[in-house]
Amino acid sequence: MHGFDHEHLESISGFLGQYYLALALMNAVAAFYVWHKAQRVWLAGFWAVVSTGYVMLSPLAFGGNGSWWMPTLGTRIEHFVNDMTGPVVYSLGIVCSLSTLFVFRRFFVRPVVAWTGLNLMLLVMGLSMADAAFASIVTKADNVPIVGLIYLLCFFTWLAASRAVENDDRMSRGLPPREKDDNEKVLVWPDLVYTEMICMIVLTAGLIVWAIVLEAPLEEPGSTVKTPNPSKAPWYFLGLQEMLVYFDPWYAGIVLPLTAVGGLMAIPYLDFNKQGNGYYTIEQRKFSYITFQFGFIIIWITLIVLGTFLRGPNWNFFGPFETWDAHKARALSNINVSDWFWRDVMQTSLPKAPSGTGKITELAYIAQREWLGLLTVLGYFMLLPPLMATTVFRKFFVRMGFVRYMIMSNLLLMMATLPIKMVLRWTMNLKYIVYIPEYFLNF
Amino acid sequence: MSPGQWFRNSAASAGDMVRGSQVWKSVFRHPLPLDRRNRIVVMLTNFFLHLHPVSAKKQGIALSYTWCMGGVTFFLFLVETVTGVLLMFYYRPTLEWAYWDITNLRDVISLGILREVHRWGAHAMVITVWLHMYRVFLTGSYKPPREFNWVIGVILLVLTLLLSFTGYLLPWDQLAIWAITVGSNMARAHPIIGHEGPGQQILFVDGVDMITMGTDARFALLGARFVGEETLNRFYILHCVAIPLAAAMLLAIHFWRVRKDGGISGPL
Repeated sequence: MHGFDHEHLESISGFLGQYYLALALMNAVAAFYVWHKAQRVWLAGFWAVVSTGYVMLSPLAFGGNGSWWMPTLGTRIEHFVNDMTGPVVYSLGIVCSLSTLFVFRRFFVRPVVAWTGLNLMLLVMGLSMADAAFASIVTKADNVPIVGLIYLLCFFTWLAASRAVENDDRMSRGLPPREKDDNEKVLVWPDLVYTEMICMIVLTAGLIVWAIVLEAPLEEPGSTVKTPNPSKAPWYFLGLQEMLVYFDPWYAGIVLPLTAVGGLMAIPYLDFNKQGNGYYTIEQRKFSYITFQFGFIIIWITLIVLGTFLRGPNWNFFGPFETWDAHKARALSNINVSDWFWRDVMQTSLPKAPSGTGKITELAYIAQREWLGLLTVLGYFMLLPPLMATTVFRKFFVRMGFVRYMIMSNLLLMMATLPIKMVLRWTMNLKYIVYIPEYFLNF
Repeated sequence: MSPGQWFRNSAASAGDMVRGSQVWKSVFRHPLPLDRRNRIVVMLTNFFLHLHPVSAKKQGIALSYTWCMGGVTFFLFLVETVTGVLLMFYYRPTLEWAYWDITNLRDVISLGILREVHRWGAHAMVITVWLHMYRVFLTGSYKPPREFNWVIGVILLVLTLLLSFTGYLLPWDQLAIWAITVGSNMARAHPIIGHEGPGQQILFVDGVDMITMGTDARFALLGARFVGEETLNRFYILHCVAIPLAAAMLLAIHFWRVRKDGGISGPL
């Protein structure tokens, strides 16, 4: 493919030059802090070297010359990433890396490690911005908040996890959580009121700067006859739109989101664990921590990021450095469970009610046609809860009682339908488990 | 007396005069909150401050514990209200004017960043409300006795998304109408009450299909079969009046319950 987009490099080089200077400043401050406050000279020296490295990158980026030392990832890496990534690698990659972060959280919450991680994220981001396709999608006005969201979530997840690890350590030594220490009452004026005022001022200033720097998007006047490709919902609903790849709208757009809202509301009534009330901890509430993180970070946020940055025309998947080409072809050969059973296994055609029969006969034929899928779904929702109650969730069932346990297990099973359907689609090209288009009931 | 001293003295006596006046005393019923007594009194007598308790646990109000995300969300709600009212002065929700009023807001009207502050504030509010929920979950603050306040919080989260969603349509550009089309198309697949939803045949009375394109859930949302002028009007009213009123009501209950359920959470 062609080398560098010189027009793009010219337009972004000023920003990138300043960006690397900002990173240099950030690390210089860190070096000073480590040297001055923590008295760790070697570590301070290391961050000073990192800072110097960014200072040296800055003029190269300012130069913006693709054939002379412009800091980029390089086309080979970019092509490799494009070729490697797809919905499967993306989703599984995130699940694997987040699981690694969770299992080795004791290591990853250490400030040095976290700071290194932040530096790597920011560096890769800067290098990627030299790519025209990447920059155009990331700097799209409505996408900027999502970039911010990613960094904010990384930061706050780290903050919460590091406090949880600290508390878990303390509690394993028989000490109370940190929140209990140093807990005398203070007057809200001035201790809280001043914090709030500073927050308001910083926020107002930040919002005004953001508003001046970044213009709100306004495309051409709305026209109901000119459909844009891709047509995307507002960014916070793109996770739901991504689910439409795997489910029909009645499930992905209505039933799953309503269940998610109901499930969120039910959390305090289902979580019978009395520990972990009012302080950060992971050890004392591992199950609820993992479940919530799975629903929030993996299903909700990951799919939003996928739908925003990696889904282009016709909702096709595009690598982060790939130009959105409306003519990218995608082979579609997904099959339904009923097709598989009757055509491939039984080697006959699908059962079909003779024309002119009544409703009841028609339903009977549909039931015959879809029996395998219907049984699978019914079994999933009706057999699994009692099965789990006698095995993995035995303690839960005893503690929660029948009603609460049934609600919790069904909510969990509903949440699990999405990853299960995703895996089935990737591995077996499964389209629908139950396919009843006569009643719009495809699952 | 040096000029500096003279200036300080007169400023101090002018301050005393203002604070001693009947007008000042009618507004603020106590001296400046400089000592312990008046720092307590100010929290009890000021309407805006009485949202807070007089005192709180030091760790409970630490930024590293609360992240201040609930407060930031509320502040953004206020920013949205103020900028929203200002925007309403300029904006007419009709097919003829909506788009051009937005271009005028950008090109003609002074303080041309009004729409930007409103839009970025709205995006930020969606993010901060998620982060607030995230923090409340991670500290287990939804646990008894705060269960019900978590439920109200979830409703407020949904209202925040709906506020943002209804506002997305108002600029009436390509981005707006197609995002709303994609989003609202879900409603026609609503089970039973959407005309392409499973079970819509159930409401089939005397040979008449009750759920059609002109009667289903999406029609109720859009006020028409497709995103059009009726939709613009409907979303405008939802965005500017109906949802903000509901949200304000629930916010009041949310804050009140924070106090009644024992203040900011902390280890027992």
